[in-house]
Amino acid sequence: MDRSAALTRDLIGRESEVVLFEVERGAIRKFADAVQDQTPACVRGDVAPPTFATTFRMTIPGVSFDLARVLHGAQEYRYERPLRAGDRVRCRLRVADVYHRHGRLGDMTFLILAMDGTDETGNLVFAATTTAILR
Amino acid sequence: MIAPVLAARPDRDLDRGSVLPDFRKPPITKMQLVKYAGASGDYNLIHTDDETARTVGLDGVIAHGMLSMAFLGEYLCWLAGPESVRRLSVRFVAMVRPGDSLTCRGRVKERTMDGAVRRLQLEVWTENQHAERVTVGDAEVQIA
Repeated sequence: MDRSAALTRDLIGRESEVVLFEVERGAIRKFADAVQDQTPACVRGDVAPPTFATTFRMTIPGVSFDLARVLHGAQEYRYERPLRAGDRVRCRLRVADVYHRHGRLGDMTFLILAMDGTDETGNLVFAATTTAILR
Repeated sequence: MIAPVLAARPDRDLDRGSVLPDFRKPPITKMQLVKYAGASGDYNLIHTDDETARTVGLDGVIAHGMLSMAFLGEYLCWLAGPESVRRLSVRFVAMVRPGDSLTCRGRVKERTMDGAVRRLQLEVWTENQHAERVTVGDAEVQIA
């Protein structure tokens, strides 16, 4: 069976476990180094670059696809404040939408994933939306 | 502490349509893609292994879209400071390959006041050495 065909609308609302991520100074520095991000606070590892939340890798039970067939269509981050070294962030990933389109490249499945991260007092730190396109 | 580029700008230079300064990044290398894969946790081999990339119809490895988004993140930090970035939203519209040189560009869409804080809605994008836009989006920053 076509694997992306397994991504159906009944997955909407399905969630990951809550995962605790610790923002490590060394991980910030490694990320800034890879990007060649010269923002001083990021080079020092004090403040995470705006896209650092991409390092918070999570999975949702029942949601899987072939990496070679997925295109990253779009990405959004909203921040209440930047992530900083020492932060402990509780993240949850959710299927926000699944829909199918017939386009230039044939049949495609759009998978919209929403993540939010809260601090230890329960305040939202960031929210992310990922649009994955499966061919 | 390096002052963000936009902090010293008078309001009249941040009106709707104002063009923001460019921000050029060094050419992307295969080594950078390997480092980004490790630092980000995106191990999709189409970004680091030419053989895998060819099996899905590419000529060779392509850069992670998130790398060019990270360039825009750095651009916003350079413009407004790392504590000032409120939102960044992008679409990945063209492939980026090793050897490509990306430049971040932007323009003011809207400026509003929130107490003493200036909020800027920006149109931002990265373009390659052929002036083709590869990642396009918008952002919100605030400047004290």
